[in-house]
Amino acid sequence: MANVSIRKVVKSYEGDVQAVKGIDLEIEDHEFVVLVGPSGCGKSTTLRMIAGLEEITAGEIWIGGDVVNDVPPRDRDIAMVFQNYALYPHMSVFDNMAFGLKLRKFPKDEIKRLVDDAAKMLDIQMLLDRKPKALSGGQRQRVAMGRAIVRNPKVFLFDEPLSNLDAKLRVQMRTEIKKVHQLVPTTTVYVTHDQIEAMTLADRVVVMNHGVIEQVGAPQELYHNPQTRFVAGFIGSPAMNFLPVQVVDDSGLKVQLADGTKMAIPPERVDRYGPYKGKKMTLGIRPEHMTETHESEKPGVQLMNAKVDVVEPMGMETLVHHFVDGVAVCSRVDPNTKCRPGEILPLAIDMNNMHLVEDSSSRVV
Amino acid sequence: MADGSTMVVGASATTPPAPRQGGTMKRLARRRSMAALALCAPLIALIICLKIYPTFYAIFLSMLDRKMNHFVGLDNFAYLLGRPSFHLVIFQSCLFAVTAVVMKAIIGFILAHLMHNIRGSSQRIWRGLLLVPWVIPLSLSTLTWWWLFDPSYSAFNWTLSWLGLPEVPFLGTVWNARISVIMVNTWFGAPFFMIMYLAALKSVPEQLYEAAAIDGASAWQRLIFITLPMMRNIILITVLYSLIVTFADFDIVRILTNGGPQDGTHLFATYAFAVGIQSGNIPRGASVSLFMFPVLATLAFFVLRDVLNRNKEVAT
Repeated sequence: MANVSIRKVVKSYEGDVQAVKGIDLEIEDHEFVVLVGPSGCGKSTTLRMIAGLEEITAGEIWIGGDVVNDVPPRDRDIAMVFQNYALYPHMSVFDNMAFGLKLRKFPKDEIKRLVDDAAKMLDIQMLLDRKPKALSGGQRQRVAMGRAIVRNPKVFLFDEPLSNLDAKLRVQMRTEIKKVHQLVPTTTVYVTHDQIEAMTLADRVVVMNHGVIEQVGAPQELYHNPQTRFVAGFIGSPAMNFLPVQVVDDSGLKVQLADGTKMAIPPERVDRYGPYKGKKMTLGIRPEHMTETHESEKPGVQLMNAKVDVVEPMGMETLVHHFVDGVAVCSRVDPNTKCRPGEILPLAIDMNNMHLVEDSSSRVV
Repeated sequence: MADGSTMVVGASATTPPAPRQGGTMKRLARRRSMAALALCAPLIALIICLKIYPTFYAIFLSMLDRKMNHFVGLDNFAYLLGRPSFHLVIFQSCLFAVTAVVMKAIIGFILAHLMHNIRGSSQRIWRGLLLVPWVIPLSLSTLTWWWLFDPSYSAFNWTLSWLGLPEVPFLGTVWNARISVIMVNTWFGAPFFMIMYLAALKSVPEQLYEAAAIDGASAWQRLIFITLPMMRNIILITVLYSLIVTFADFDIVRILTNGGPQDGTHLFATYAFAVGIQSGNIPRGASVSLFMFPVLATLAFFVLRDVLNRNKEVAT
């Protein structure tokens, strides 16, 4: 097991296309780090550079205290789980899992013991004689994980391993992966485009966009304190609502929508937002902070009437889509709240959880 | 829709079925299996005329006497097995077919790998160039080879003498001639192997190689443990097909050596031609040409069974 250090790493392709633009990242020993971002953000390229499957254009990657830029994948002591599992179709499950050990000339009885142990952990003992074709998606995923675990590598790399599974199995396998990491706390780098996967699995989440790291932090930190508009919009489902506002001083600091509606900024944030007085900004507010009204509202809550456009009952909650100042907005309300399209729904906006984005830099202030 | 009409999805569920029209023939024509059979009928007729009938006729012929008046059973085969000259034909045919197929397979495999590693549009150009031997009519290209091998005017011997080396009678001694015909067959057939193996190589998912590289496999181990097993079916089918075709080869030997020198390059096909057509013993010629049939048919049965089983096991 080892720490991984990515220092000023750049990846360019022919025609001067930069997939990764000089990123720095320190991954501690035993840590579970998830790289998340939209398609083409450079997260998979970063993972493949750690694996040695892509050459590094500039910068250095360190694994366990050694620079590995010129070390071939087989000598990096890493294991990788691929999106489509990449199981060897002509080998049995046992042979798939034992392949790396055989190549490293482990004794036969040792190979059997290690494969059996890994199979037991993943509950695939009964599948060892089967070929990958005879396995379901979830079973293949387990075998791919078994192939990685059995070698006890320094680092696990996961490249969107749950993308090919159906929604139910994805949730189940997500838990399995977390359980395996608790049992075998190997340093793990996990790539996904699914922010829920990132939030649920990671010790730290790395949000990437356009080849750069937007923010690194614990899941809750990213959720509560996003540093950029991109992170604010990417983390959280449904996504954060953004409304153009102007910071005004009207018997206290307020944000004013284009239609003239003013909402008071909570007193503890006045110092923070004071310097932006008079500036046009973007107000960010999550759907869960725009809810139905209650008899007694806590301080910092603003009331607003919304004309309901679409209602999406989810069971444990209901999503209400409406327009604020011409901008489509989503609110998350209690499932017992009665609302129908076209009706007016009074909403409570919790300004204690507001975010204010500076338009010029896209940074959350 | 283009004609302006509107398609109603699910309309067929509510529309009453059309009244039954016509008689038995129309009902039969509406069945998919009958339509499929009707479409295949011309091909089936061709196969019957050009393959099945001649095969059975050849089997029938091989059991007649020279004048084709009396049924003699397997006498022709027994006679051939007792003849040393025919033993030589068996040896030469096996040597020719096995050596040529192995060489074609190896050269095709190497060429396919080279092609696979050429990136960009130049791969298409090289692929086209390397396919040239296979697309030129064999009898024409063999004539060129014959000219190249010529002892007095050949390009090969001219080059050798220019280099100060002794001239080589390429078609003049038994072993030289055997090697020459094998070489020409290899030259002609290797592009076919190349194109088949290239297609097989392209179908191996790149991620298997990446997974193997991470698992610790060297380039050689990736070839042995990933490439070869993944290409196994194509290799088997190509070798089987080529073996059958090479055993039946006629043009090269007929044009280059005509079976000589001292009958040292005769194959089943050229020997069958010499016995059946040139010497006028058609039944015995037929038995020569049928000699390898049971061996190759058995081989084909086992190879194809293995390929089918493996397909069921491995294909995802």
